[in-house]
Amino acid sequence: MQMGWRWDFTFEILPQMAIATLNTILAAGVGYAIALIVGLFFLLGQKTPFKIVNWINREIVEFIRSTPLLIQLFFVYFVLPQFGITLSAWVCGMITIGLHFGTYLSEVYRGALEGVPKSQWEACRALNFSTIYTYRRIVLPQAFPIAIPGMGNYLVGIFKDTPLLSTIGVAELFHAATAVGGYNYRYLEPYTLVGIIFLTLSIPAAMWVRKLENDVNKAQGKIKK
Amino acid sequence: MTYFEFLNEHGVTLLLGTVTTIKVLVCSMILYVIISMIFGLMRLSKNRAIQGIATVYIEFFRGTSLLVQLFWAYYVLPFFGISLEAFTAGVVALGLNFGAYGAEIVRAGILAVPKGQWEAAHALNFTPAKRIKRIIIPQIFPIILPPAANLTVELLKATALVALVTVVDLTFEAKQINSITWLSAQCFGTALLIYYIIARFALVPFLRWLEVLAARKVGKERI
Repeated sequence: MQMGWRWDFTFEILPQMAIATLNTILAAGVGYAIALIVGLFFLLGQKTPFKIVNWINREIVEFIRSTPLLIQLFFVYFVLPQFGITLSAWVCGMITIGLHFGTYLSEVYRGALEGVPKSQWEACRALNFSTIYTYRRIVLPQAFPIAIPGMGNYLVGIFKDTPLLSTIGVAELFHAATAVGGYNYRYLEPYTLVGIIFLTLSIPAAMWVRKLENDVNKAQGKIKK
Repeated sequence: MTYFEFLNEHGVTLLLGTVTTIKVLVCSMILYVIISMIFGLMRLSKNRAIQGIATVYIEFFRGTSLLVQLFWAYYVLPFFGISLEAFTAGVVALGLNFGAYGAEIVRAGILAVPKGQWEAAHALNFTPAKRIKRIIIPQIFPIILPPAANLTVELLKATALVALVTVVDLTFEAKQINSITWLSAQCFGTALLIYYIIARFALVPFLRWLEVLAARKVGKERI
C-alpha cells in the first residue's frame, strides 16, 4: 500500500464527497428548522403560568441537555421500533437533533426575551396595549436582534454535529468518507477531505455570526464605533 | 425480562463502562484546562507569531467536527507513523478540541479583569510573573468558571464519542449489550440515566463548589 498523500485518489473521491456535502447541509438545515420550532415549544412550557408544567418542562430540558446526543440518537433509532414506530434513519436523526438543540434554542429565546427592558412592558401596560400586541409590535422586534448571535452559533453547532448521524446510517459527508475509506482501505484522504470541507464551510459561517453579533451590539449601543 | 433482571445481568458491565467514561472525562478535563490556559495566554501575546499560532489552532479545532478530529487521530495518524491507543487518541482529541473552546474563555476572562488592576500591580513594581500569578489569575477564576462549567458538561457528553473509536466506555457497552439482547430501551435508557446522574449529581455540584471557592478567594460571597 502506498503511503503518503495520493492526489489521484483524492480527485477520484471528490465528486462523491461533494454530493455527500449537500446531504450534510440539508441535514443541518432541516435539523435547525425543527430545532427552532421545538425551542418555541420549550419556551412556551417555561412561560405558562402552571407551576407543574414549568417544572416538568425544566426537568426535560435539563435531562436532554446533560445527556449525549449520540445516545439520544441510538435511543430514538432503536427504541421507537419496539413500540411499533419504524422511522427511517433520516427522520430519526432530524427528530433527535431538533429535540436536542431545541432545548438550547429555548434558552436563547428566553435570554433574548429577558434582554428586553422591563420598562418596555410597563410602558405598554400604561398605553393599554394587549399582551399579544405588546409581544408583536414592541417586545419581539427588540428581542429578535438579541437572539440572533445565539441562534447563529447553534446553526454552526448543528452543522458540526451532523457527522454523528453517520452512526445510525444517514448518508451524509462523514458516512460517505467512512464508506469510501473502508472500500479502498485508505482513510487518509477521505477523513482529511471531510476536515477541509468542514473548515471551509464553518469558518465563514462562524465569522458571519461574529459579524452579526458585532452589528447587534453596535445597534444596541454596547460598542461605540 | 423485567428491568431488574436486565440490571442484574448487565449492570456490572455498564458500571465498568461508566468507570472508563469517568477516566476519559478526568484525563481530557486535565488536558483541556492546561491547553486552554496556554493558548488563551498565547492569544493575548504581543508577539505576532505566537498569536498567529494560537489563532490557527483555535480556528482549526473549533471549525471542524469533534468526530472528524477523533477519527483523524485514530485512523489517519498511523499513516504518519504515529499509532495511538484508542484511549489516548480519544483523550488527545477531546483535550485539543475543548482546549480550543476553553482558550477563548480564558482569553475573555483575562480581558475582563479591570485595567486598573494591571496598572496598580505595575505601580507597586511587581515583576510580570508575580503580576500574573498574584493579581490577575486569582481574579480570572470567578469570571471564567461559569462558562467553563458549561463547557465541562459539554465535555462529559462528548466523551460518548470515544466509543466510536473502540474505547470501551459506557456508550460502547450500551451499544454492545443492545446488539446482543436487542433490549434497546433498557440499555440506552440506562446509559442516558447514568450520564444524567454523573452530570447532575457529581459534575455540576463539583463545578459549583469550585465557583464558590474561587469567588470566596477574591472576597466575593456570591451565588
